[in-house]
Amino acid sequence: MADQATFEADAMEFMGPLYSAAYRLTGNQADAEDLVQETYLRAFKGYGGFQEGTNLRAWLYKILNNTFINRYRAAQRRPQVADVEDVEDLYLYRRLHDPLAGADESAEDAAIAQITDDVVKEAIDALPEAFKVAVLLADVEGFSYAEIAEITEVPIGTVMSRIHRGRKALQKALYEYATAQGILRTATVTGGGTR
Amino acid sequence: MTMENTTPVNCTEAVHELYSYLDGELTDSKRQAIKDHLQRCRPCDRAVQFEAELLAIIGDRCAETIPDDLTARVKAALEEAKAQETEPS
Repeated sequence: MADQATFEADAMEFMGPLYSAAYRLTGNQADAEDLVQETYLRAFKGYGGFQEGTNLRAWLYKILNNTFINRYRAAQRRPQVADVEDVEDLYLYRRLHDPLAGADESAEDAAIAQITDDVVKEAIDALPEAFKVAVLLADVEGFSYAEIAEITEVPIGTVMSRIHRGRKALQKALYEYATAQGILRTATVTGGGTR
Repeated sequence: MTMENTTPVNCTEAVHELYSYLDGELTDSKRQAIKDHLQRCRPCDRAVQFEAELLAIIGDRCAETIPDDLTARVKAALEEAKAQETEPS
């Protein structure tokens, strides 16, 4: 069992990433700050029940996610189960990679390096919540599928599906936002890439 | 217990398993089969490298700057909670 007296020393180091996740979930600074504060308060009160030596970071994210669901999502009255459209594999790669480019094979890597923070955030924000959470926990926080299943309390197969489908939907959104801003250009003529 | 064989995979399977491969979520034999395929198939290897690069970029681009006073605010809230817990009601 963890000692409440050491909570601050143990848990405060995770505030930066927790705040970033809270911002993506709530969409604004004020709610993100409130969500982080409430997460820490709940975690502090429950710290006696936390099994020392297990994954504190994952435990904090679980509290953050549950707090968000109970408090903020209820207030927003968003539909709980929104789906993403099915997007083909390698959506972005197929649009940026020019098979005739020859030696300059990494042109598409250089192209995506130009994608700005704002474009990535906008594309993530556009994902339905369940997919956004799964993608954030995997790609920003680096949690394993099993850890994400534990944090979000859904089966691991669902987690995997949300990550994979969420990433593909994210690629399409990234492509659309980045081409609209002139950051990305299509390398080859592809059918049905943009509307 | 049976030994798992490394069954060769084709391009379609390699692409289909790409995310599980990059996430380290495959069985050892499946992972090895994909790895073998990528060593043989340059177009798939390029695509996988691109996807890995894209995931890294997405991961890097999402950080928000923590507001200056948030740490102090949370610490103050925790102090208050501690005080409430120790006070006799």
